[in-house]
Amino acid sequence: MPERSPILEMKGINKYFPGVQALSNVDFSLYKGEVHAIMGQNGAGKSTLIKILTGVHKQDSGDILLGGRSIRPKSPLDAQRSGISTVYQEVNLCLNLTVAENIFIGRQPRKFGKIDWQRINRQAEELLFRKMNLKIDVTRELASYSVAIQQMVAIVRVLEMSAKILILDEPTSSLDENEVELLFKVIRKLRDDGLAIIFITHFLEQTYQIADRITILKNGELVGVHRTADLPRIELIAKMLGKELSEFSFSRNKECKEDAERTSKTADELLNIKALGRHGSIQPFDLKVKKGEVLGLAGLLGSGRTEMARLIFGIDKADQGEIQIMGHKVNINAPNNAIAFEIGFCPEDRKEEGIVADLSVRENIILALQGRNGVFKHIPVKKQNEIVESLINSLGIKTPSAEQEVRKLSGGNQQKVMLARWLAIQPQILILDEPTRGIDVGAKEEIMELVLNLSKEGMAVIFISSEFEEVVRCSNRIAILRDKAKIGELSGAEIDEQSIMRTIAGGKVG
Amino acid sequence: MKRRLINPKNVPLLATIGLFILMFGIGSATFPGFFSLQNFYYLLIDNAYLIIMAIGMTFVIISGGIDLSVGSLLALTTMMTSSMLEKGHFSPLVVIPLVLLMGLAFGTFQGYLIQTFNMAPFIVTLGGLYLARGLCYVVSIDTIAINHPFFKAVSQLQINVIGNNFISANVVIAMAIIIVGMYLAHYTNFGRTVYAIGGNEQSAVLMGLPVARTKIQIYALSSLFTTISGIAFTFYMRSGYALHGQGMEMDAIASVVIGGTLLTGGVGNVFGTVFGVLIFGTIQSYINFDGNLNAWWTRIVIGMLVFLFCLLQRVFEASRKKTKKGSQDSHPPRPVVAH
Repeated sequence: MPERSPILEMKGINKYFPGVQALSNVDFSLYKGEVHAIMGQNGAGKSTLIKILTGVHKQDSGDILLGGRSIRPKSPLDAQRSGISTVYQEVNLCLNLTVAENIFIGRQPRKFGKIDWQRINRQAEELLFRKMNLKIDVTRELASYSVAIQQMVAIVRVLEMSAKILILDEPTSSLDENEVELLFKVIRKLRDDGLAIIFITHFLEQTYQIADRITILKNGELVGVHRTADLPRIELIAKMLGKELSEFSFSRNKECKEDAERTSKTADELLNIKALGRHGSIQPFDLKVKKGEVLGLAGLLGSGRTEMARLIFGIDKADQGEIQIMGHKVNINAPNNAIAFEIGFCPEDRKEEGIVADLSVRENIILALQGRNGVFKHIPVKKQNEIVESLINSLGIKTPSAEQEVRKLSGGNQQKVMLARWLAIQPQILILDEPTRGIDVGAKEEIMELVLNLSKEGMAVIFISSEFEEVVRCSNRIAILRDKAKIGELSGAEIDEQSIMRTIAGGKVG
Repeated sequence: MKRRLINPKNVPLLATIGLFILMFGIGSATFPGFFSLQNFYYLLIDNAYLIIMAIGMTFVIISGGIDLSVGSLLALTTMMTSSMLEKGHFSPLVVIPLVLLMGLAFGTFQGYLIQTFNMAPFIVTLGGLYLARGLCYVVSIDTIAINHPFFKAVSQLQINVIGNNFISANVVIAMAIIIVGMYLAHYTNFGRTVYAIGGNEQSAVLMGLPVARTKIQIYALSSLFTTISGIAFTFYMRSGYALHGQGMEMDAIASVVIGGTLLTGGVGNVFGTVFGVLIFGTIQSYINFDGNLNAWWTRIVIGMLVFLFCLLQRVFEASRKKTKKGSQDSHPPRPVVAH
């Protein structure tokens, strides 16, 4: 490969969004006949890079060269016309049209000025067979086929539009194993035919199965470009987290260790989950949570941490397995059920799913309590004020008054308001999904301190964070996830960053 | 790769046609004289204008939109036509093209608002509804009878088709519009883009289809067909009146829905709409034959049919989803290795 010149070069790409340098001086190159994976954690800049390439965003500076010629895509359509096509996880086709029409719409062959349906159907059949080895009835609606087939139809469509570069954005997220294999066969064939393919996924194993090279980004900066064969998994993980392997510590918080020993011996089992799973979301897992412990969920972005939490809290419905609370089998089909069993959940996306920005601190805090009591049992304002005041004090929420609109608070304080909302109902189990994301260092410390204190008071906390360091510091026990499955558990003295990474890289405990 | 006997896509259409035959059958069994070719022709004669209007509406609804302005625009068409003919003494050769042009401009304007400012079709065409109705009263508050010889001649025209049974000029116009509508829907880029927009507008944009242009054209087409419908209505009523076509937008929408078009867009066809209108007409015909029933029974039956059809569509969608799963289990699409 190296002797040929790349088909695509992105040089010194910079992009600034208000408040964050999304990309700084990033280079990227792509050759014909290679599958190139782009990897990185949240906020690494993967999607910004792709969006610049496909004309959704415009770079502040830097050049894009396609086949040696400088291009500046103005829109996805514009990018497509110059030969850069994307197939998304959510297939961007029309499900109500037939397979054949989806391939040809906009460029239908005609006969005497009218659309020639016979030719469309015949050509579609031919194309699917030649490019994908797929023999299906092309006159059926696209909706009647599985997502895997839909993706292949989408790929055939863009190939027909003479794509030079194919971007596959999380194509395997909703596919099962066989379908992934089928798709990979197609990708390999296209690669061997000389297509340049950019592959974006959170699945570590799939990257190793299909990618020839990997570009790693972290916080908007290029970490490195490697041949997949030369990059051990554990180094990839280390680079995605932004450090060299040797920089990860073996040490851990002493106090937690003692706690771990204390809880593991004495505590009651609060939550016992057996083979809970949901197709396409997370594979069946077992999980136990004890009174007064912090259970960390560690894994890379897209490993299934959030999916696990959503299943426990009843946001998504499990299609197998069971949940026991204090030894009794329970049904959690909706968040309301979970709240009734005294489970609280602070979601990852604070702005979208958490706070109600235009309501006051008081109203935000009282929300869950009022929700549990029902609409008709109004909580007297005096009582509300008591609860809110005591929580503001105990959590140290910095706000001029309880009547301040929440959106005017800092990220850290908004996060505390969310916490306070759930503490108001005094849950037994509190699930915190990325509570430290997007808040400053001091606030992170405070949040972690709070978590530890809550657990000492006897609450069970499930703590999710992308930062292994934080998970290690807070947790008595850690469940490790990879590629939408729980792959191991560490507890007590075993817990350190290196062990987590080795588990993710190797797939075995220890 | 066996072709199926009945494409599941056509089931709603077949249901509509089946319902029409059933209703016509009930009428025939109840009343002597109901079952005759001429009575069928009367269905077409009495509803030709609604067929024309509903075909325009079909395109709007397939695209996922709605056009509430059609009833008022029909009234405005009758007012302008009659006033220009009777008060202005213009020739029909001038009046008809002018009125059609007015309709085209009206619809283009509505489509432009909907597309360019990303406004909800419901609100924009509700505005159009009030605007057109109001303009009628600017033209005149009274009924304007049309006595122009050309309009007289056309409205009295009887064309014999098979024996002594006759159809009117309006039926010929409606037939032409049906053919044009079906051709547009199935054999032109415009028509296919309408379906794509109804299926998934964002996808349609990303697939490089001319979504913006097509959306404006859809409303232009609806208004144009409505003005044609309005002219057919003046042939039928031989008058212009500001209260013509009140609530007719709802008749058109109901016919489209009964004709198997999904209000959510993406699914439906012109042929189904024609039968939707005919079902509408059959109920009216039944009530006329009976003589004792209040005319409002038409509304009651139509109301129930709309409920029924919406329900059927839901059931149908659900069962299709199920068979989709089932068919995948039993007949997985086999990848065949090429040599």
